[in-house]
Amino acid sequence: MFRRKRKASDFGAEIEAHIQLETERLQERGLSYEHARTAARRVFGNVTNVQEHFYESSRRLWWDNFWQDIRYAARMLRKSPGFTAIAVLTIALGIGATTAIFSVVDATLLHPLPYPHPEQLVTIEDDLPGVGARDVGISVPEWHDFQRSGIFQYVSPVGGGDVNLTGSSEPARIRLLTIPPNYFALLGVKPQLGRSFDPEDQTPGFNLEVLISDGLWKRSFGSDPRILGKSVRLDNDLYNVVGVMPPGFHDPGATVEESNIDVWAAAGFAGPPAPPPQRNLRILPQAIARIAPGLTIELAQSRLDALVASLQKEYPNDYPLQSAWTVRLVPLTETVVGNVRQSLILLLGAVGLVLLIGCVNVANLLLARASARGREMAVRQALGAARTRLIRQLLTESALLSLLGGIAGLAILFCAKGFLLQIMPDSLPRLNEVSINWSVLLFALAASLVAGMIFGLAPALHAGRVDLIPTLKQEARGSTGSGEQARTRRVLMVTEFALSLVLMIAAGLLLRSFWDLLNVRPGFNPQNVMAVRTWLPVPNDPDTDIYKTSAQEAPFIREILRRGRTLPGVQEVAVGDMAAVPLGHGRNDLNPYALILEGRENQSDQAPLVNATMVTPSYFRLLGMTLQRGRLLSELDNENAAAVAVINGSFARTYWPNEGAVGKRLRLSNARGTTMNRSWTTVVGVIGDARTESLAESSIPQIYLSLYQHGPKDLAIFLRGGLDSAATPVELREQVQLINPELPVFGAQMLNDMVTASLSERRFSLEMVGLFALTALLLAGLGIYGVISYIVSERTHEIGVRLALGAQSRNILRMVLRQGLGLAIAGAAVGLVCALVVSHLMAGLLYGVRPTDPLTFAGVAVLLIGVALLACYIPARRAIRVDPLVALRHD
Amino acid sequence: MSTRETKDRLELLQGTLDLLILRTLIFGSQHGQGIARAIQQTSDEELLVEHGALYPALQRLEERGWISAKWGLSANNRKARFYSLTSAGRKQLVQETTKWNRLTAAIGRILEAEEG
Repeated sequence: MFRRKRKASDFGAEIEAHIQLETERLQERGLSYEHARTAARRVFGNVTNVQEHFYESSRRLWWDNFWQDIRYAARMLRKSPGFTAIAVLTIALGIGATTAIFSVVDATLLHPLPYPHPEQLVTIEDDLPGVGARDVGISVPEWHDFQRSGIFQYVSPVGGGDVNLTGSSEPARIRLLTIPPNYFALLGVKPQLGRSFDPEDQTPGFNLEVLISDGLWKRSFGSDPRILGKSVRLDNDLYNVVGVMPPGFHDPGATVEESNIDVWAAAGFAGPPAPPPQRNLRILPQAIARIAPGLTIELAQSRLDALVASLQKEYPNDYPLQSAWTVRLVPLTETVVGNVRQSLILLLGAVGLVLLIGCVNVANLLLARASARGREMAVRQALGAARTRLIRQLLTESALLSLLGGIAGLAILFCAKGFLLQIMPDSLPRLNEVSINWSVLLFALAASLVAGMIFGLAPALHAGRVDLIPTLKQEARGSTGSGEQARTRRVLMVTEFALSLVLMIAAGLLLRSFWDLLNVRPGFNPQNVMAVRTWLPVPNDPDTDIYKTSAQEAPFIREILRRGRTLPGVQEVAVGDMAAVPLGHGRNDLNPYALILEGRENQSDQAPLVNATMVTPSYFRLLGMTLQRGRLLSELDNENAAAVAVINGSFARTYWPNEGAVGKRLRLSNARGTTMNRSWTTVVGVIGDARTESLAESSIPQIYLSLYQHGPKDLAIFLRGGLDSAATPVELREQVQLINPELPVFGAQMLNDMVTASLSERRFSLEMVGLFALTALLLAGLGIYGVISYIVSERTHEIGVRLALGAQSRNILRMVLRQGLGLAIAGAAVGLVCALVVSHLMAGLLYGVRPTDPLTFAGVAVLLIGVALLACYIPARRAIRVDPLVALRHD
Repeated sequence: MSTRETKDRLELLQGTLDLLILRTLIFGSQHGQGIARAIQQTSDEELLVEHGALYPALQRLEERGWISAKWGLSANNRKARFYSLTSAGRKQLVQETTKWNRLTAAIGRILEAEEG
């Protein structure tokens, strides 16, 4: 079809050559040049005709028409700058916002895993449904079984943590990921410098090689190209740098914290510091795997189920039937973005609605303009323009408009990019990857073209149906819109109201959820409390650890408490492990223990897992937690005394539902860790439930152990009082380093900020949807204002007659308002039905409010109708001020 | 002038020009003016071909891939666009010729029957 186009000049040259040849032939027969040329032309016929035929039959015509339309459209848009500006701005905002949200969706939901064949990547999760435990981690022998099973290409358990880095330009606290040597082979990523670990390396413990991130290489080593082979000290141990990962490489993780790793160290998890491999010792908290090529996840799962069944038969002692051990494969995508999918889809839907509402508004504007241009269209049609040609021209105008809007939208987006990235919550997965790339640009282009078609279609179709004679007969007054056109505008108006209402109800429900969460009583007092982290190093050789036992650690803790109290403004000091930081700890900070209750030991096979928190006695007072029964921990519950615990009400209700919990004894066996606590722990007190895990969850069983009796390594120091958020951490660091100069003191945070931060994702959704809803309300208001204004201006004459005949201005006002009100109510009714569907879809994002919350539904509907009435009132006022004399003379 | 008066000549039937062009090109490539001359001479100056009418037909045949075109030099060293038959065009010519022969034979039979 599109063979190389012949130019008109080429065709012209051919004809000229023809005439020349013919002339020469005739000249040979004795004619003079003039005669010969005339005769040649005569026998050729009409040259222009032939050339026109050539021109029309070539595809240039289509292109020329297109250009003509574009130029004409540009002229039309320039001629009415007000209309153009409003339309372009509306589209620009819609496209800009939609594209912004799409860029987030593109980076998270569409491309969550930037590795080759991401569909093969899974996480392996061990569940013990028999004891109500999920994702308990896997043991080293299980890992080896999975690795050898043939179901997977590679299986990599991963464990994160912070380490002190020395040996670089300055000591730093960095994120380390402990991985097996096959980790990078599994992900399919190669270092930019040096080499990766050998996937076949069988070193049981750490192999003393590390890879470092591009960021760390640049930050701490000044991009030193001779970094390879250099040693760095991580905590107390020396490691060899063997490679530097490429820029832009991130680990698969749900949060920036999880995916921004700076150092990778390889270990076999089977030698020190890990305990000897034991089948029931689940020391590997997380594992990812790449399934063998050719297997689907379902197939791999069914083969894995068979493996699990045979292992259960082989090791009945390690896998008691009651605990019902199962292993689940979860697509890695799901692990990374599963929890934000709903929020993001909601946002994309919301912003899409805004764009749609914007389109409806522009369509309305175009319709109003179309009726003003009715005469132009009629004249053109009368002069022989085909209907399709007119429609095409109008669609070209809309497309041009939407493209201008799209370009402006992208410009806005580029300018606002930095700001937008800032307001996104840190907990958003793959925030690092959000960028304006080709697929985002393509999306913007497609979105604007589709938008152009949506708002251009109705006016274009109407233009094709102009009734020639009446339109042409009309005097210079211009035309009134046809009845059909008015109907279309009403339908558009109702649609706009319905869409706006849906958005506003979504925003209203989110707002109520957020409000409820803000006003929830957390059960602890975060005011004026600061948490500062410190971390006791864990050397690979346990014998060099000066804080090896809790008895060795306790004096250090007491010294921190003593020195902390001397700081200016400090009223209270406590120390806890990371799990003790309310709302401020990650999943890796928790210490799951198998819980065995005295008198129910024979059920130990199905021991439930509980998360234990270790604190010093002042912790409860400092956080304002209330004692319900028994006593709190005391300084006497030290490393030499009998082990004691304080539990919360929810714990007591769960495990001793019908009896007093105080005085009961229990044993916690560490499911992951290195020590087993063989002695009994006595419950000495019960405190009220506090929402320290999540503000949205009211009762999670909690057990608090005496820090002196356990000696955790990752510590949080809590301070309460009139604190200076800048000076206090520095003063505290000085005091801690007076005890041990090698300890890092870092991560100071006010508890209030953590409470706020724990709501950041909800806040982000709320703010975004709220913003979109407000925009929608504004657009709907402007839309109905435009429609009613137009109706009023069309009926000026009629209103004049009515007034002249004695109608009260009150009646006129009511008549106009009734029209607007009718549209608004119809729109609200449609919108309420749609909102019911949408609100049920977003039920998972709500807290404390039902998806059908009548207050929200009614309130939003009333608000929308109120705004509509207000928007109608302005043109209605204009209507009653019509001077009958002027209106009648108008004709 | 040795040519007969224009009004004595026969006008071409619709659709036959394509056939004549293809037929002319079977002797080798030729430019537009040459084709026009050839048709007139071969028909003993009986057929009236307005030279201009040739070009839409040539363009159409070229688009269908039955002929191909190339600029070259004419016998008297003039630049001209030469057309030549493609293999698809050759097939088309055979088909069209058969069709034409059947048509004329059929029409001839009818006309003779009426005379008789």
